[in-house]
This record gives sequence, C-alpha cells and structure tokens, in this order.
Amino acid sequence: MSETHAETAFARKAPVAFVADGQIPASPPPSTAVGPVKWVKDNLFPGPVNTILTLASLAFVALLAYEILPWLIDSSWAPADMSLRGCRAEASGACFAVINERFYQFIFGFYPPEHYWRPTLAFIVVVVSLWPVLFPSAPRKLLILSALSPFICYWLIWGGSIWGPVAVLAAPAVGWLIAAKGGGAITKIVGEDFGPLATIVAAVAGVAIWLLFFLGPVTGALISIAPLALEEVASNRLGGFMLSLIIGLVGIVGSLPLGIALALGRQSKLLIVKAISVGFIETMRGVPLITLLFVASTLLNYFMPPGSNFDLILRVCIMVTLFASAYMAEVIRGGIAALPKGQYEAADAMGLTYWQSMRFIILPQALKISIPNIVSSFIGLFKDTTLVIVIGLLDPLGLSSAIRADQAWNGIVWELYGFIALFFFIFCYGMSRYSQYLERKLRTDHR
Amino acid sequence: MAEPAHMTEREIDRSQMKISDEVAIDIRKMNKWYGDFHVLRDINLTVYRGERIVVCGPSGSGKSTLIRCVNRLEEHQAGEIIVDGTELNSDLKNLDKVRAEVGMVFQHFNLFPHLTILENCTLAPIWVRKTPKKEAEETAMHFLRKVKIPEQAHKYPGQLSGGQQQRVAIARSLCMKPRIMLFDEPTSALDPEMIKEVLDTMIELAEEGMTMICVTHEMGFAQAVANRVIFMDAGQIVEQNEPKEFFTNPKSPRTQLFLSQILGH
Repeated sequence: MSETHAETAFARKAPVAFVADGQIPASPPPSTAVGPVKWVKDNLFPGPVNTILTLASLAFVALLAYEILPWLIDSSWAPADMSLRGCRAEASGACFAVINERFYQFIFGFYPPEHYWRPTLAFIVVVVSLWPVLFPSAPRKLLILSALSPFICYWLIWGGSIWGPVAVLAAPAVGWLIAAKGGGAITKIVGEDFGPLATIVAAVAGVAIWLLFFLGPVTGALISIAPLALEEVASNRLGGFMLSLIIGLVGIVGSLPLGIALALGRQSKLLIVKAISVGFIETMRGVPLITLLFVASTLLNYFMPPGSNFDLILRVCIMVTLFASAYMAEVIRGGIAALPKGQYEAADAMGLTYWQSMRFIILPQALKISIPNIVSSFIGLFKDTTLVIVIGLLDPLGLSSAIRADQAWNGIVWELYGFIALFFFIFCYGMSRYSQYLERKLRTDHR
Repeated sequence: MAEPAHMTEREIDRSQMKISDEVAIDIRKMNKWYGDFHVLRDINLTVYRGERIVVCGPSGSGKSTLIRCVNRLEEHQAGEIIVDGTELNSDLKNLDKVRAEVGMVFQHFNLFPHLTILENCTLAPIWVRKTPKKEAEETAMHFLRKVKIPEQAHKYPGQLSGGQQQRVAIARSLCMKPRIMLFDEPTSALDPEMIKEVLDTMIELAEEGMTMICVTHEMGFAQAVANRVIFMDAGQIVEQNEPKEFFTNPKSPRTQLFLSQILGH
C-alpha cells in the first residue's frame, strides 16, 4: 500500500514517461575547464590548505636559492694560487678550482695521462654498443659490436696483447663448435633421451678445458708470432668515475641474465636446480656487500693456485655481479609470479615447450612488469660501487679523501661531494628516464 | 520448454557433420584427486571423430577438470586417456604431440597481451609446427577472416572487445590445424551481446565436421549442434544422451532438477 503511495508521489513530481528529442550536439568545455588557468587552479591553488602549502614551498625554494646562489656565483675556478687558500683569497663562495685541477684524476684515477685516449675510446665503444640494445630503432648489425665490446674495452683499458681477449673470446666458439658439430655423434653414443644434456655437458667441459689448459699456451704462441700489444696498465692505476662505470656496467649487464636464470631456477620443478638457486639467492642477499668485497679482495686469493694473479677489479666485478643477480632474481620472480596462470596454460595447450613458453610468453611479460624494480636495482647497484673504497680501490669517493689529504685542498668538502653527487645523479636519472620510456613503449593495453 | 537464448536464427548445415568409427579420445576408468578430494570418479568416455559433445553440470562438478585432463593441463592419477592413439602419461614427447593436435579455448581467452593478434596466431605454428613465417601468417589471416576480424590483425588483445578476443582465441587454436577442439566455458565471461558472435563461430566449426568437446551452459547451442550431451555432477558422469532425449526426457532426478533450474526461469 505504502509502495503505491510513494510511486504516485514520485509520478506527480516527475513524470515517468520520457523520450529524448534527439542527439544532444557536443559543445566545447567552458574556458575555466581547460588550458593553463585550469592547470594553475588545479595544481597550485585548489583550496585554502593547498594554497598555503604552495606559498610555503615557494618561500622555501626562494630561501634555498638565496643561500646557495651567491655561493655558486661567487665561486672561483682558476685562482692564481691553485689551492683552497688561493680560492678564499679571490672569492667568498665555492672553490671549484679543485675540480678544475683534479678533473682528469676524477675521471681516470691514476691512469697514465698519455693513454687517456684508451678509456675514452672504450667509453665511446660502450655507448655505441648500448645503442642497439636500448633502442630498437638502431641498426641491428651494431649488436655484433655489442657482443664484442666487453673484450674490446678490456683490451683498451688494461692493455697487453690482443691475443688474451681473443683467446677468451674463442671459448664460446669452442663450446658452440662442440655442440653444433659433435652434437649428432654424442647423441648417437648416449641415445636420444640424453643427447641434448650430454651435448651441453660436453660443450661446457670443452670450454673449461680450453680455458684451463689451452688458453695460456695458445696465447703465448700467438704473441710470439705477432704481439699486437698495447702498453699494460695495472689495475691499481684505475680509479675515479671510470672505475665506477666499469664495475657498475659489468654488474648491470651481468646481473640481468644471471638473475633471470636464478629466478627460473627458483621456480623450477627440478629439486636440485631449485635448491641451488634458493641457496645462492638467500646467501647472497643475506650477506652485506662489503663482506663480499672483502671476500673478493682477500679471501678469494686463498682458493686460487699459488702465484696466480687474478685481477682485483675483475674479482670485485664478479662479486658485485653475483650480489646484484640475487636481488635481480627476486625482482624477476615477482614479475613471473604476477602473471595469470592462464598464460602458462595457453602456452602449454598450444604445445610450446618449457623454454619456448618462457622465451616468448612468460619472460617478455614478466620483465615488462618488473622494469621499474629492475631499474631500481640497477640504480642501487651503480651507487653501491662506491663501497669499493673499503678495499682500497680509488672510486670517486676514495679519490676525494685522497684529494682532501693534499695540503693544498685540506678542508674542502661541499665542492667535491657535490661534484660526485652530480655525476651519480646524471647517470641514475638517465636510467630512470629510460625505464619510463621503455614502459611507455611496451604498453599494449591502450584502447 | 524455454526458447534457447543467444541462438542463431539460420538453419544449421548438417551436410559435413559426419561421425566416423575412428576413436578420437578414449577415456577409461579415469580418476583424479586434488589432494584428498576425489574430483573425477571412474570417468569412461569414448569420443568418435566428428562428434560434438556438450558437457554440462553445476559448478564444481568436475566438467572443466575433465576436459583439462584431455590435454593434460591437469594430471589424472588413475585409469587411462588415449588421444588420437597416444596415451597421456609422464612422457613429455607424447604430451607435446597430443597438445599440438588438440586445440583449447579458455573461459578467459588467455591471449598473450604483449603480442599482436597476428603474432598470437602464428607463434605456435612457427615454433611447434615449424611452419615458415609467411605461410603461418597466411594461415592466420585465413582463420581471422573466418572468425570475421581480419582487420584487427595488427592490434593488441587489449584493444579488442571480449567477444572479439574469444574469436581470436578460437582462430589461434585453429591455426595449429587441430584434430580436436576443447572449449572450456567459452562464453561464460562475455556480455550477452557478444555471446552470439562466439557461438556462431563455434557453430561454423561444427558444420565443418570438427571434433569438439564443449563445456558450456548454452543449452541452445547444445540442442542445435551437439550430437551428445553429458551431464556431470559431483565428479562423475550422471547421464548422457542425444540432446533431444536429454532435454525432453531426462532420466536421472539430478538431471531433471538441474534442467528445471537452468531452463525453467
């Protein structure tokens, strides 16, 4: 009864029957809803609280500028007396003369100045070989350079005979030869079921034998025929931003594939593979990087055959890579876990093998999801390279301590750390921007 | 009886629908457990080539699990399943062989969102069947035309409607030239407007003589296309019959109750 009552009341206020006359034409929005006026209103002065916050922030920025700008403007770059005292005599602000004087040292460490062109060329090689990796629009043939660049850069920076890197480069070729040419014969011997596995084992063994027993003699023989050598530069002369970049780049380039392998290993149904992966990841993540660096600098020598000279920077690079790959593995595992089960099922139902479904379906999506975290890891890793100071390598921070120990620059702080911070910021911000570009590029859910 | 919903108005062409004596799938005394839970109990089912079977039943009755056992997305623990003469067991080579011959369409489409429609359709033919890329693309376009969305070939799944995505999923399966098609509730995640376009595609497939097993609640489809309807409840096959008999004269009280609930409203 009451329902009918309510209905009639409603009907009296608003007639129930309604038919639209036709399509209402689209009209432009009012001027206050678009353009810069709207932007300022929405973003700076949307309400009383936000207006106060905006004004307070502006005041803070002004205060900061008021304090810092005179310091920057009234700075001295090249005083007559190249020292902190000389700076103070000429200007009351910053003393950038220290950066002016030690610029090359900051970049190259104690690398011999007459060979500065070698790391510079190596840097150019790295930039050119990263181009096709980072941007698909680059010529694909440059990828060959990308593959060769670690060897080229090693040879340029450390010098020595070219045959050393070439002989190491031959190792994968040896493995490939065994797998490609010997695979059929091996399969015939051990049977169809174990053919692929035995081939892989044989290839790995071939590579190991090549590296352990043939590398030295072959290199020696080639050197005696044609030296083709650059002057050797010892590891302890490397330093500065060059050192940070070497360790950072090796860590970044090495930790991604290793991290993928570990993430897949951790998800694997094969018990031993899984146990090894979990053990490795948890051990590496459970130990501070500094500990691992100490292991690299001191402990590792005990495991080497006596008299072997295993380069310290190489050892550090390996440790940093292993450490970063444990984090990378967890980041990528997160991406893999985020994929719906249906993706695996669809891949399985189509008859794709495990490796095919990983390569074409799972990893491309998992890596895409993980991009922000992967890049975060990279940035963290790059900044962690400054920790090598604790084992006596002269990274930029180590150099700054050395510079401040110089009587001429004793007491200088802000300029040095500011400069180092700027360097790291440029690279880290670059990585961050690249990750945003990549995320935009890989978006496929736009309608 | 209620008018079947979402059904096509046109007459179904039965000239190609021929059921041969060749056994496509043979399931014998198959049992499956999830932990202690006995999901499938003593399933016996022989599917002949050219058959169009609709599996229905309340949710949780094991119908999806049953067809997922046919391409071993789920493992059975007892009994045997023989698909195209190949027994399903832990041998991975047999499994890949079977999976290449059995197409599957899922409730949630499961298209690969990072690949274009065309890439979705050519991936398996290229990598599993080793078809040359150009040929695979031609085949893909042929089937995309068949499901009436060739113009979407270079878009991504996220840009398509649900019905279009499901038709792509059907085309993707067909590109493998499967001998058997499994449909796991293909229209359950779709808006009513889109159900018809997917059902029409399935009907065309049936008209061409494809061996199909469909888990679906579309009883109209079952009546029009199926040659056999299977009713499952609590993990076992309760009743099976040809559709006319099944719908007009169900024997088991459980089937009667189920039919009265889904057709009665």
